[in-house]
Amino acid sequence: MFKKSISTFILFLLTISYAYGDKVKVGMITTLSGGGSGLGIDIRDGFALAVKDEPNIEIISGDDQRKPDIAVQLADKMIQSDKVDIITGIVWSNLAMAVVPAVVNQGKFYLSPNAGPSLLAGKKCHKNYFNIAWQNDNLHEAAGGYASSAGFKNSFIIAPNYPAGKDALTGYKRYFKGSIENEVYTKLGQTDYAAEIAKIRASKADSVYFFLPGGMGIAFIKQFSQAQVDLPLVGPAFSFDQGILKAVGNAALGVKNTSQWSKDIENAENKKFVEDFQSAYGRLPSLYASQGYDTGKIIVSAMANASIKDIDAFREALKNAPTQGFKSTRGKFAFSSNHHPIQDIYVREVVEENGTLTNKLISSGLVDHSNFYVDQCKM
Amino acid sequence: MSLQLFIEQLLNGIQFGFMLFLMSAGLTLIFGVMGLINLAHGSFFMIGAFSASFVAGLTGNFFLAILASLIFPALIGIVVEFSIIRKLYERDHLDQVLATFALILIFSEATRYIFGAFPLFLDIPNILQGNILLPGEIVYSKYRLIIIIIGLFIALGLYFLINRTLLGIQIKAGQNDRQMIRVLGINISRLYTIVFAMGAALAGLAGALIGAIQSVEVGMGEPVLILAFVVIVIGGIGSIKGALIGALLIGVLDTMARLFLPIFFELIMETSQALSLGSSLASMSAYLLMALVLIFRPTGLFGKK
Repeated sequence: MFKKSISTFILFLLTISYAYGDKVKVGMITTLSGGGSGLGIDIRDGFALAVKDEPNIEIISGDDQRKPDIAVQLADKMIQSDKVDIITGIVWSNLAMAVVPAVVNQGKFYLSPNAGPSLLAGKKCHKNYFNIAWQNDNLHEAAGGYASSAGFKNSFIIAPNYPAGKDALTGYKRYFKGSIENEVYTKLGQTDYAAEIAKIRASKADSVYFFLPGGMGIAFIKQFSQAQVDLPLVGPAFSFDQGILKAVGNAALGVKNTSQWSKDIENAENKKFVEDFQSAYGRLPSLYASQGYDTGKIIVSAMANASIKDIDAFREALKNAPTQGFKSTRGKFAFSSNHHPIQDIYVREVVEENGTLTNKLISSGLVDHSNFYVDQCKM
Repeated sequence: MSLQLFIEQLLNGIQFGFMLFLMSAGLTLIFGVMGLINLAHGSFFMIGAFSASFVAGLTGNFFLAILASLIFPALIGIVVEFSIIRKLYERDHLDQVLATFALILIFSEATRYIFGAFPLFLDIPNILQGNILLPGEIVYSKYRLIIIIIGLFIALGLYFLINRTLLGIQIKAGQNDRQMIRVLGINISRLYTIVFAMGAALAGLAGALIGAIQSVEVGMGEPVLILAFVVIVIGGIGSIKGALIGALLIGVLDTMARLFLPIFFELIMETSQALSLGSSLASMSAYLLMALVLIFRPTGLFGKK
């Protein structure tokens, strides 16, 4: 008895010291309640799935309620009292702008699973900041490129009046070769688009591009379809996500959208991710879930190659992860010099599959696409 | 800009106004009769939309869904009034704000717990899809026209209720002197419950009607609630007529500002600046109107001195 308890005790000590050796604490700050919580929950679940077999990762979650001040408080608490090494999870650009600079300046890593504001890619880039998803402009640039190749000559473009909305339309215009019939900025959170749709109907545009994330997009697509305006609609993947398609219904059928990920991209990693996610959570993964998953996998890969105690080595390991064992669900993936993805961005179409609305890849929009702000970043 | 487009936009403004009216009528009645600031009014908007979506998913019948959007919020309103709100009438406004704000959080998280974090589906029935040709070559959405008509009927119904029925007389008396009607032997707590349930039902109806063209999601009521408060401040607190006029004013002003301000600024400055400034100013227009009304008529257009 005595022997047994001693040996258990020693074994216990051993596990502790082993776990202490390389344990990485990850602070997950994301939106888990209220409006927009579907996105945060997907990121959290995707991340958790990626690291579930890695016992040396400890996740500390916090709900930012989509409020910048709460996100900042959470980050402070996680750094000061929980002593996290890495923070991740933020969905929204305005929250990222409030949190990221403070985190990286305190010598911690921030890995973005979603928001990619232009400032953090350009003038305010930082060696401890990595973006695993995209730079904000990317999907819109691909949409502009697609619209040109589809032969559209004159677009009506619409986005909310806030920084990411302006980034979006700038991105579209950067790659669209036709002319812009009208450029409309709506109020952030607006859900009635009757006035804008009437303008579209009265205009001479041959195509409509919109960036209206979350509930705004649901409202716009439904009203656009109900108004029976006979123009092709193009948007970024955000408005055609699995959770959103359910709420939009058949109004979204046939709409083209651009994304860096799709559940039917063919590679072993993606197949495993889609199957595992479905069996773990009983729903189809979204692009947010794929971004959370890739973020988790990058950390796992870096941990295999460096200790978190050595910040510089760990940073190198993160940076080189794409060549040292990390395989993205998107297939090709590399980091640009400002720590943002270089990746293919695809064009997808909303189709019906066994009674469920989902997306199907139809072409690759931009190949090995980096971002516009590389030269502005001095690290 | 053609005359047709202008009239179409005017109709859009009126439709938006009637939607705001459904929200603010209940809010203003509850404040006028019980002296209660009810921040949780937006939650009933959400509950209406979710119950409609749930019933529509179950039965496939939009009209049953609309019925559900009246009944469920009213029932929940009765329960909440009985258990919580009743204790707040005698407390000061700060306590009311605190308690009803807590109710918002409870309702939102309960809804998320039951229905999940993803938006729900609710669509308008096939016969209301598409447009109708109005006299003068005006193309207008059938469904939005129906919202205008429903709003008109509700406004007429409320007018009739307040001015021609016993309940209406009691409501008016309650607004004027709560003590007195209690002394006269009228069951005031029953009156309060009825008014609260009625307000909740109207908000629920608005939620369902709007949910069908927007997204049914947690937290959908709060942005509307803010505008509804602006409406009752402009219209005069406690006045149904004020709520109607205020709602239509805001609806038309907001729509027209979104349409004309960017065009106006384009005449005097560079396009990209004009678009951004115009749309920013348009989102402020309702609040600017409220500030103006408060300067010249602090009690609102139809408020009591």
